[in-house]
Amino acid sequence: MDLQLLFYIAGKHLFSRLKQSLVAALGVTIGIGMFITLSTFMTGLNGLLDGLSLDRTPHIHLYKEIGPSERQPLAFSAAYADDLLLIHSIKPKRRQSRIASATSMIKSIRSYPEVRGVSPHVRSQVFYSAGAVDLNGVVSGIDVAEEVRLFPLEDYIVAGSTDALKRDENAIILGHGVARKLSTDIDGRVQLLSTEGNRLPLKVVGLYQSGLADVDDTQSYVNIGTARRLLGERTGYVTDINVKLYDIENALPLAEHFASLYNIKAVDIGTANAQFETGTSIRNLITYVVSITLLVVAGFGIYNILNMFIREKMNDIAILKAIGFSGREVKMIFMIQALAIGLFGGVMGLLLGWGLSVLIDHTPFEMEALPTITTYPVNIAPIYFVIGFAFAVVASYFAGYLPANKARKMDPVDVLRGQ
Amino acid sequence: MNKKSVIRATGINKHFYTPTDYHVLRDVSFDVHAGEFVSIMGKSGSGKSTLLYILSTMDTVYEGELFLDDRKITGLPAAELSAVRNEHIGFVFQFHYLLEEFTVLDNVSLPAWKLARKSREEIRAAATELLKLLDISKLADKRASRISGGERQRVAIARALINSPTIIMGDEPTGNLDSKNADNVLAIFRDLVTARDLTLLIVTHDQDFADRTDRIITMEDGRVLV
Repeated sequence: MDLQLLFYIAGKHLFSRLKQSLVAALGVTIGIGMFITLSTFMTGLNGLLDGLSLDRTPHIHLYKEIGPSERQPLAFSAAYADDLLLIHSIKPKRRQSRIASATSMIKSIRSYPEVRGVSPHVRSQVFYSAGAVDLNGVVSGIDVAEEVRLFPLEDYIVAGSTDALKRDENAIILGHGVARKLSTDIDGRVQLLSTEGNRLPLKVVGLYQSGLADVDDTQSYVNIGTARRLLGERTGYVTDINVKLYDIENALPLAEHFASLYNIKAVDIGTANAQFETGTSIRNLITYVVSITLLVVAGFGIYNILNMFIREKMNDIAILKAIGFSGREVKMIFMIQALAIGLFGGVMGLLLGWGLSVLIDHTPFEMEALPTITTYPVNIAPIYFVIGFAFAVVASYFAGYLPANKARKMDPVDVLRGQ
Repeated sequence: MNKKSVIRATGINKHFYTPTDYHVLRDVSFDVHAGEFVSIMGKSGSGKSTLLYILSTMDTVYEGELFLDDRKITGLPAAELSAVRNEHIGFVFQFHYLLEEFTVLDNVSLPAWKLARKSREEIRAAATELLKLLDISKLADKRASRISGGERQRVAIARALINSPTIIMGDEPTGNLDSKNADNVLAIFRDLVTARDLTLLIVTHDQDFADRTDRIITMEDGRVLV
């Protein structure tokens, strides 16, 4: 088979009807471009929604749970071992929420290869007080450097920065809602009042806005030392340990492992966000369905145009066969055309998809709840471009195959006699 | 009858099954010898075109046997039949079938490129030579869709000649031309037979045309009348 000759004939067919060829390629371009745009945009939005909650959630959260002991003292007694034990109205006893020997626990957790980092917290109920107002809230004492490294805290600071918190033991980052209610702002002063009655005057060095009103109206961050000082605790006092892993898939088994190893409550991200996960998977499902629909529609478009293309060339097929081209060669000529249209349309589709994605990426999108987002989120991931292009080629191959195969089988006599 | 036979058909039978069984060719047998200019005549529906398509190897559904240069053609696989058509048979149709998007020179050259016995330059030179022979060399670089009917038929003849085939077959090659152009085409055929010792087998219903050929095979109701 003289491929050069076949390419020459295919090229003539394509270029002598340039307009039609371009329209055919345009069908591919639009299909693939739209697929890419939609994929990047939808996954971008999904990523935003996921990030809103998931990024901030530790993969494993270790804390001391308040609750009655699983095994009551009666159960330890051998004397009643064979009896049915019923105890009514069990109440949890007052316990400290501190994690015992947290320092060594953190050290040991850090040594696991799956663990990316550990951020200890000192969480406490507090009252914010400025002037005459006392406001109920929660303060988290954090190891600033570690927290910033592991969690996107920085992204939610709308004024000031976390640096000041690192340096200054008397600094606080207030939730946006808290600051508004206290009508204070950056560089303002606020007093923290612990449940035990300790009072600590602090300087506001940053404002925090997560986008979740419930959190913003109560949450504030201080240096972990400041929190300990407020509660009158010593170094080593920790109430929560947040663990970030390299691979989120390890969260559940590791959480179970830690829970039994340290006799502590360990919640993995999947359990903590079960409902959120459902939402994510449904959104992903919608993305897939829409993407596949687009690709299928694009595929039919390609098929349609190529089919017409070949139908119009019945005369040429008959002539080529009459002068000695075999069915396989005729088929090859049309396959070359189909693939050329697919490749060209596909490349243009990549450019179109990329252009539209960038355009959306630069479209302003401002919401009060999402302070760090200024434009629509777009996830320009190479995989969608690869899928889009591969589909363009594969679809035009199959779309070209059916009519080209028809051309292969076509009997020239039917055409020559038919006129 | 001492010359070598170029085409020999023995006992060709052909049926059309749609819409109903129709026995279109009945026991057709004949020879065409090298250097002969033969015409097949007959009324519409006498089966002459059907016979030509079988002889041209494009129609393979028939009973009987067909030999080209004493080589049995019947039953060869499709790819081989394509090669046989390419090398040994030249076609001229009633409707001057050219590839519209290609230049005249390309149209003439394509069968030779396909055969790939000569280099592109040699083929170009041969095609140009043929165009000159048929007095249409000035059309070489025109698109085939831009030339007149008489010119197209000459291009088709040039294309049929490019691979120096064993035989040229024509299906009413003058049927679509005015009498002046028809005369021209006939003159060209006549010249080719004498000058190049070509074998021609032409289906026609033009009595004047047929009268000027070496031999007339008359067909009626699917049979050859002798």
